[in-house]
Amino acid sequence: MRRDIFQAIADPTRRAIITLIAIHAMTPNAIAEHFDTTRQAISKHLRVLTECELVKQQHQGREIYYMLEIDKMREIDKWLEQFRRIWETRFQQLDDLLSTIKYKK
Amino acid sequence: MKNNLHFDFIADKEKNTLTIRREFLAGRQLVWDCYTKSELLDRWFAPKPLTTKTKSMDFREGGHWHYAMVEPNGTEYWGYTEYQKIKPIDYYTALDAFSNAEGEINKDLPSAEWLVTFTDKGENALVETIVTYKSLSDLEAVIQMGMEQGMTATLEKLDELLLILKK
Repeated sequence: MRRDIFQAIADPTRRAIITLIAIHAMTPNAIAEHFDTTRQAISKHLRVLTECELVKQQHQGREIYYMLEIDKMREIDKWLEQFRRIWETRFQQLDDLLSTIKYKK
Repeated sequence: MKNNLHFDFIADKEKNTLTIRREFLAGRQLVWDCYTKSELLDRWFAPKPLTTKTKSMDFREGGHWHYAMVEPNGTEYWGYTEYQKIKPIDYYTALDAFSNAEGEINKDLPSAEWLVTFTDKGENALVETIVTYKSLSDLEAVIQMGMEQGMTATLEKLDELLLILKK
């Protein structure tokens, strides 16, 4: 199955997890406490997030902490920036057209 | 001067919408015409180096715009827009989808709802476009298509980025 960053943020629970661990790294148990769902379900979400490389694990003693890969989040913005440029190009063309039409009048 | 024109580009990753606001140095009627008359749409809609070619257009509620974006080498990518609600010169809503040259909609490719609103801003016109996709991955698919179509040179960087993302 294809895994990418957009799958990671497609799910509301995963977005909530991202928001939680953006502040500080957390253990799966601590994360699960914030949700009305099973620890298992949270583990599954964390697995998806890990596969998407949006979170990374850090071992501290016996505990595993999950933390956010901030750079990966930035890639979403970079990607959207490309889309923004399509619209900019399109609108510059409309600017040109509008000024041509106005001169003709 | 163009730099002073208002431009917002807001992506809402939770609602799967893009909101694009842009001011134009022309009155609302003229800008409305550029959005709703095929001979004018043909002159700006497809971003360079692509060009726009209208096969048929019937701008009314329930009507459509069947068009192609054409690569410099002649390759055509067809789109089909169905108009839903129209209130000249305030707003229109439409369903935008990919199609073939016969105008048959390709249901495997993402479609999007468009709400395009025109307002006055002094002597200028402000156009707000809200594009709603079914999911953010739909939006990604649109970008990828654009990339394959060589939609614009600025997308070359996206090639590299997508490679990084997919690793």
